[in-house]
Amino acid sequence: MRITCPLCGERDRREFYYKGAALALDRPEPDAGAEAWDEHVFLRDNPAGETRDLWYHADGCGAWIVVTRDTVSHAVLETRLAGEAGA
Amino acid sequence: MRVAGKGLLDRSRSVPFRFDGVRYAGLEGDTLASALLANGVRLVGRSFKYHRPRGILTAGSEEPNALVTVGTGGRRTPNTRATVQEIHQGLEARSQNAWPSLKHDLLSLNNLAAPFFGAGFYYKTFMWPKAFWERIYEPAIRRAAGLGALSGEPDADRYERAFAFCDLLVIGAGPAGLMAALVAGRAGADVILADEEARMGGRLLAETETIEGRPGHEWAEAALAELAATENVRLMTRTTVAGAYDQGTFAALERVGHHRAPQEGLPVECFWRIVAKRAVLAAGALERPIAFADNDRPGIMTAGAVRAYLNRWGVSPGRRVSVFANNDDAHRTARDMVKAGVDVVAVIDSRADAPGSDLFEVHRGAHVVGSAGRLGLEAITLRSGAAEHRVETDCLAMSGGWNPSVHLSCHMNGRPVWREDIVSFVPTPGAVPGMVAAGACNGAFSTQACLREGAEAARGALEELGIKPPKPDLPMAEDTEYRIAPLWAVAGKGRAWLDFQNDVTVKDVRQAAAENYRSVEHMKRYTTQGMATDQGKSSNVAALAVLADATGRGIPETGTTTFRPPYSPIAIAALGAGGQGKGFAPERLTTSHKASRERGAPMIEAGLWYRPSYFPAPGESNWRQSCDREVTMVRAAVGICDVSTLGKIDIQGPDAGRLLDFVYTNMFSTLKVGRVRYGLMLREDGYVMDDGTTARLGEDHYLMTTTTAAAGEVMRHLDFVHQGLRPEWDVRFASVSEQWAQFAVAGPKSRDLLNGVLDAPLEADDWPFMACGAVRVLGVAGRLFRISFSGEHAYELAVPARYGDSLFRALVARAEGMGGGAYGMEALNVLRIEKGLITHAEIHGRTTAFDIGMGRMVSAKKDCIGKTLSQRPGLTDPERERLVGLKPAGAVKLITAGGHLFAQDAAPVRQNDQGYVTSAGFSSTLGHVVALGFLRRGPDRIGEVVKMVDHLRGVETLCEVVDPVFFDPEGGRVRG
Repeated sequence: MRITCPLCGERDRREFYYKGAALALDRPEPDAGAEAWDEHVFLRDNPAGETRDLWYHADGCGAWIVVTRDTVSHAVLETRLAGEAGA
Repeated sequence: MRVAGKGLLDRSRSVPFRFDGVRYAGLEGDTLASALLANGVRLVGRSFKYHRPRGILTAGSEEPNALVTVGTGGRRTPNTRATVQEIHQGLEARSQNAWPSLKHDLLSLNNLAAPFFGAGFYYKTFMWPKAFWERIYEPAIRRAAGLGALSGEPDADRYERAFAFCDLLVIGAGPAGLMAALVAGRAGADVILADEEARMGGRLLAETETIEGRPGHEWAEAALAELAATENVRLMTRTTVAGAYDQGTFAALERVGHHRAPQEGLPVECFWRIVAKRAVLAAGALERPIAFADNDRPGIMTAGAVRAYLNRWGVSPGRRVSVFANNDDAHRTARDMVKAGVDVVAVIDSRADAPGSDLFEVHRGAHVVGSAGRLGLEAITLRSGAAEHRVETDCLAMSGGWNPSVHLSCHMNGRPVWREDIVSFVPTPGAVPGMVAAGACNGAFSTQACLREGAEAARGALEELGIKPPKPDLPMAEDTEYRIAPLWAVAGKGRAWLDFQNDVTVKDVRQAAAENYRSVEHMKRYTTQGMATDQGKSSNVAALAVLADATGRGIPETGTTTFRPPYSPIAIAALGAGGQGKGFAPERLTTSHKASRERGAPMIEAGLWYRPSYFPAPGESNWRQSCDREVTMVRAAVGICDVSTLGKIDIQGPDAGRLLDFVYTNMFSTLKVGRVRYGLMLREDGYVMDDGTTARLGEDHYLMTTTTAAAGEVMRHLDFVHQGLRPEWDVRFASVSEQWAQFAVAGPKSRDLLNGVLDAPLEADDWPFMACGAVRVLGVAGRLFRISFSGEHAYELAVPARYGDSLFRALVARAEGMGGGAYGMEALNVLRIEKGLITHAEIHGRTTAFDIGMGRMVSAKKDCIGKTLSQRPGLTDPERERLVGLKPAGAVKLITAGGHLFAQDAAPVRQNDQGYVTSAGFSSTLGHVVALGFLRRGPDRIGEVVKMVDHLRGVETLCEVVDPVFFDPEGGRVRG
């Protein structure tokens, strides 16, 4: 699998560390309530199809990247820096 | 035998080799198979299950029968295909699965018992008693049935891995692949042409048809010369593209050393990852046998293989050759044989409308229904209409048609589609994004069609890449129509083999269908059809055709089993190249490593790091003596310990303080410049992630230390929190773990020692506990931190790593002059347990700040990562297992890390578990074992006696629950 780092270009996926769903970027306010926090930390979809997840260019530039990809075809549809991807 | 005037090999280049201990001579360019056939050796192995005599079936990597073991000792490679292995000086090959010898194999008795050994035999027979399976049945079956064996020794061969990138990867160098590479190469594209064989050209080397009026192999040579001279084209021979993966990634195995005598340093194989923007699959086609009774005797081969041995290697596998086919293509074998002067005794074609010939007799609408010959073919039985007669022949060339090599097109879940006109499966277009099939693997069987499709595929790829293709320039070649009529299995008695490698017959497949294993995947697993090294390359399509017939369905409806990578076998060692031994876990060595080893310190692993366990002194005979001495030395004088393995992260920027406030539970923005603070870091789920000290070196400049184990994780975490959650903050991080060597100088004499090496002596008032700042040490700019992991008056002194070795030596020498010296991990551990200081033994991922008694370190004044969930009721429940100290309170004086805690009178079973011990060591300071552990309601039970049971080590101890700080609880020593 190849992932395009917005800073370094297309690289082998072995250069990246996988974190999980990009939901992790939508951090609730401290007082958002148990349900919102439960959702944020523990609950994840397992879609057959498009998914957004976070990868870290660990053996590269250290960028956190939001990768939009298809879990069925394995196609990587879009990559953006986490800082620019927004919530 | 060699045939005069035939073949592409140089007759003057003789190469000696051995097979089963017998010396033979072949020619340079021979495979083991062609060389054996040239020497008249037909019997090369015994079959998997029935120990039937077997010979060579094919001339390529699809070979199911001729598997041999090559090499000796740790260099032994079993299941090597004789059709792939090239001969070389010193080659030692042995047959497999026969005892005591190939000609007299005792286990061929299995063959007589064959009626009992059909599909599902094991599942039905070895049912009881249950205990017999592992001890008796399985070992016995494994001994009787099988292929080659591993040596049992470590693999002495070297393997490599490599990476390549290109615009266009062309897989296969037959007419289609060569043409594709020529077109793309001429256009200036970056091309890799890979072919599994030693010599490129594919079927052009095996046929006598012409291109542009020249023999095909001559055209191939000219094309290869042009490609070799083209700078933007790389030719990779002996390289099997074995798998197609996401985003144009391909796995390939290059045979680097298998065709030469072993040579020091030369790898035998190289595993490639090739990333290609586009790919052309020009993998050709594989011929399939026809199932008839006893079609597995040595001497019965595929027709294309017989032709290849003749035309490429100049070998005729027999003196009286016969042909059995259902298609026109096989008639070429008879034609080439006759023209080469070899007797062709019969051409048997199942089709009533088969073409005739003036070179040989064609039996139209006839079948071969049986064969004879104990260790090799002597005769076949021909049936024409109702008449049967025997034909003396020592080589039968059979052809049930050709299967396009669709394998790679299926590696990303693609399913091939059935084409009735050629009675074969072809790749589904687009099944692997960016890859286009061309030539025989796409069902285009004439040379002209191959050239045309290769050129078209390359032009299409160039267009997509935005490269201008060259002017069309297609050579003229034969364009014969491929005519075939289905014939899978000849009706009649006797066992008719489908899968030669796994001894699967037509009857087995029918039996599977009868027992309702109707799905092709179930049939495969029930009969073992299509398993092992050849993965059914020559047998799968015929087997599913038989299954389709037995279940009354069509072939497309029956479908194929799943083709998975690799296309042909790859040694695990090649896949793992670079990952053996230290490649699996590289060594990280500190700057004091050499000096520590010189002092005889045994090293222990800490992640990838190596750290000294202890420093043995003269007269000490075990680690405990050294450890006790080192602990006492630190408490009484001064000790030196390398702490460079801790993670060090340099943090700078106007928002550095804010960010630290956010990742640590406590405040860092309020820390004064020149001071250090202990910090606790949580995961977002509220559990402790890591701890360590962070120093404020300047207004916008902090230096964080992490534990050795979590350095990478913390760096990643900081990057995530910043980039993902607070990208607007102006702060940057850099790991400086390896840039600084850092040494603990601990003990009451630490300041005296430092004053001897620092350019300016330390003033007590300027350097209180938790102070930090720049110093000059022996003339070098360094950093000093007054921090302690031992509870003693202590410092950590850091210098650029290049001074680490000399500073360590200088510090240890001075310490020794003051009654101190170096100390290792064992002493460090005891010193910190005595002080109740935690490591990842305690913060192991399931403990909270509350559990380790640091609940109040989670600041109420601010938000931080993990704060909200750390306050969940379940994580602050007083009933939780919480940190306590433990010391022996009974006759047994031992406490062991890993032991579990129980009420004194409770049975030591899981249901009564109240906690566990995380760290333990003998305190020479206190004269007894000290331990840390987690106990239910622990801090509320100080003074209580509990029972520790270590079931693994067989230790049971009564322990008193105490405060985790065993020594100097007021902290007078660390501040003094």
